[in-house]
Amino acid sequence: MRSTPTMTDAPVLLSLQNITKRFGALTANDGISLDLHRGKILALLGENGAGKTTLMNILFGHYVQDEGDVQVLSKGGLTALPPGSPGAALKAGIGMVHQHFTLAENLSGLANIRLGTEPLLSFGREGAARAKVQKIIAESGLDVDLDRRVADLTVGEKQRIEILKALYRDAKVLILDEPTAVLTPQEADGLFVVLRRLAANGLGVIFISHKLGEVLAVSHRILVLRGGKKAGELVTANADRRAIADLMVGKAVAAVVRTPASPGEVLFALENVSLHGAGGRSLSGVDLKLRAGEVVGLAGVSGNGQSGIAALISGLAVPTGGTMRLYGETVTRADPRALVANGVARMPEDRQHDGVVGTMSVADNIAIEEVRSAAFSKMGFLDRKAMRDRATAAIAGYDVRCQGPDAEARLLSGGNVQKLILARVLERGPRVILANQPTRGLDVGAQAEVHRRILAARDRGAAVLVISEDLDELFALADRFVVVRAGELHDAGPSEGLDRGTIGLMMAGQSHARAEMAS
Amino acid sequence: MTIRLEPREDAGLGLKIGVSLAAGLAALLLVAIPVLFAGGSPLMAYGLMIQGAFGSMFAFSETLNRATPLILTGLACAVAFRAKLWNIGAEGQLYIGALAAVCVGSGLLQLPPALMIPTVMIAGFLAGGLMMVIPTVIKQRFGADEVVITLLLNFVVILFIQMLVEGPLKDPLSMGWPQSVPLIAEAKLPKLLPRLRMHWGLIVGLVAALVLWLMVRKTVLGFEIRAVGENKAAARFAGIPVDATMLKVALISGGLAGLAGVGEVAGVKGYLSSDLSPGFGYSGIVVAMLAGLSPIGTVIAALFVAAVFVGADSMSRATGISSYIADLVVALSLLCVLVGSFFLRFRVKWERQSVVA
Repeated sequence: MRSTPTMTDAPVLLSLQNITKRFGALTANDGISLDLHRGKILALLGENGAGKTTLMNILFGHYVQDEGDVQVLSKGGLTALPPGSPGAALKAGIGMVHQHFTLAENLSGLANIRLGTEPLLSFGREGAARAKVQKIIAESGLDVDLDRRVADLTVGEKQRIEILKALYRDAKVLILDEPTAVLTPQEADGLFVVLRRLAANGLGVIFISHKLGEVLAVSHRILVLRGGKKAGELVTANADRRAIADLMVGKAVAAVVRTPASPGEVLFALENVSLHGAGGRSLSGVDLKLRAGEVVGLAGVSGNGQSGIAALISGLAVPTGGTMRLYGETVTRADPRALVANGVARMPEDRQHDGVVGTMSVADNIAIEEVRSAAFSKMGFLDRKAMRDRATAAIAGYDVRCQGPDAEARLLSGGNVQKLILARVLERGPRVILANQPTRGLDVGAQAEVHRRILAARDRGAAVLVISEDLDELFALADRFVVVRAGELHDAGPSEGLDRGTIGLMMAGQSHARAEMAS
Repeated sequence: MTIRLEPREDAGLGLKIGVSLAAGLAALLLVAIPVLFAGGSPLMAYGLMIQGAFGSMFAFSETLNRATPLILTGLACAVAFRAKLWNIGAEGQLYIGALAAVCVGSGLLQLPPALMIPTVMIAGFLAGGLMMVIPTVIKQRFGADEVVITLLLNFVVILFIQMLVEGPLKDPLSMGWPQSVPLIAEAKLPKLLPRLRMHWGLIVGLVAALVLWLMVRKTVLGFEIRAVGENKAAARFAGIPVDATMLKVALISGGLAGLAGVGEVAGVKGYLSSDLSPGFGYSGIVVAMLAGLSPIGTVIAALFVAAVFVGADSMSRATGISSYIADLVVALSLLCVLVGSFFLRFRVKWERQSVVA
């Protein structure tokens, strides 16, 4: 691949020279070099575990590199930063916006921006600080109410405060780690506008992401990392989507092909179901049928009742009104174990929080749903050998990257946790499958793998419900669409003949017929 | 020079033991300061303490005798803390267990020892367990904090016991002392060796530690307790009955503390009084923390704490240095072990800053 980007006249703000970082046997960064020019947006693209975050943590002084230098432009030209000192990085004008915000929720936006830049007892400086922040806002378009408590701001607004915080400290280089992971598509578009404007004003921006589309939309140059190494560096303007995807995963990703479905009998049904629950969980008058050999895609703006439907199929709740049927029989008790024993596979929305016990081993986490069954225990004693054998098979069969069955689940990356959960639920040959946000936060390669597995289960005759905020994903998987809005479910019909616009309008509250006329 | 901390993935067993020893040593060094203040020689004081705890068969047996309730209350705390059920009420559960032993074992039932002793133990276990199950149910139903309930219940229980031993349960032959009627001979735990106070409660404690160790590692219940303790949401999602598991933990935890009370009544004193325990329930928390919540470690930690207390009493008699030194040693050991556990989680690196201009 090309590795010589077009030369620019803008001075180099930041230069990483041959950075290498090892964690035990793992080489997280292997001789990576990069240059960031003034006024440019550099995208750091790579799968989960490619070494993006490690590289940025070295740059910001959280880790100390084993080899190589971080050089920053100062008065006398490029100067090496002392390794392992976030203070020095801040001083040199490097600002970082982490994926998880570091804001004091009980303070106002302005107080958060000033926090740490002034002595504890400072009177009368607020005016000057406010003026400076407002100047930055005017120049960048980072519009946000400075006087509201951070706790009351939206996620997008909190991110703006984080960026303002960095700019307030006179950052010359701004690093954003997966900034769009928490944003709605509209908020993400707003962020891109701001970033372009900041770059135009002379800032250098490093944009870390594993999403191809947004990288192409916002960056000037793309650096692709794979397995800790630089896989390629190219200019965005003449980059090809397909080629970058291949660079990222190292091999061509076969697009998942969905063959026409042949729906069979109804395996799971909600009949006029209502559910009373705290915010975003309530349902009223919901009818849903899941048929053997068919994938139903559930679309909707987050918080409109998805979690209620997921709780019902997961066995965490029973309807407060109406009937829930599994294979025709009414389900009256919230009992996940009974559902699992009856062939229901459940993938939780928040897989790190609900899917695995981080401090328990991979083997434990694969057996956890069936630990009482004869497969994994006898007379109340665990059958460790059976658990390990199952885990060993799962690790091989589902390509779970870990040290082995005894490794703690918390050491696995997000994609590998999802593979672990897939292995746990699919290996039983389930008849009903709930896939809740099955690929959220996963990279391209892992996504395709999850999709392939779900479709294979459908072809085996399973009834599948996919809940996703990613419409592309729903269109890739679903044979039929339903849309949830304000706790009510609307049938959108077969996915052939539907498009994003129609679904979007239904999500926003128009009926199917009206949406079709409008689209 | 700068100091940096890097998280460790896993600390080896050798390192764990080394850090524990270093923590103990550090505690002893720190306690040397107040010993010097008190006008004693630390070396001599420690020497006398060791002699007092292990120096003779009698001394060693006293240490084991003191360790017996600590093993049981330590296990009570360890098993509960593992499930993130914060049982601070082992002291009260100990007394309730002792009360149950007296109720059953002071003449109400007349059985041969082979049946009487197990009956007394089961009664004490169930009574202590119930004392922990109730706060757990209240926590599950009403969201009340179990730390507050169990802690406050300790005082309620001790006052209740005081009322009983001065009233309905008072021994008419005690010449006015506030103590209960004695256990019948069949209900008493046999001594392990003649002329020494050590009794079969020690064996019960050791067996309990072994059983708990097996339970945590080998059984479905242990698996479920770990899952509930480490991640309640994931356990619930996976279909583990979280509330039921917590109630089982509560029963085991309170029951073990209750057994400690049975041991003190049926093995040592023979009757119930409101000064039965010099804070064994609270020391159990320290023992469990020193042991890192490991059942086998609890036995060792209980022996350590018991040896410090017994040794300090003896040292105090010989030198005139206050026996409160024992509390200092135990408290500082706990602090040092907590600091040590920090070093098990993080690797400290000293680095010279290399600034390349």
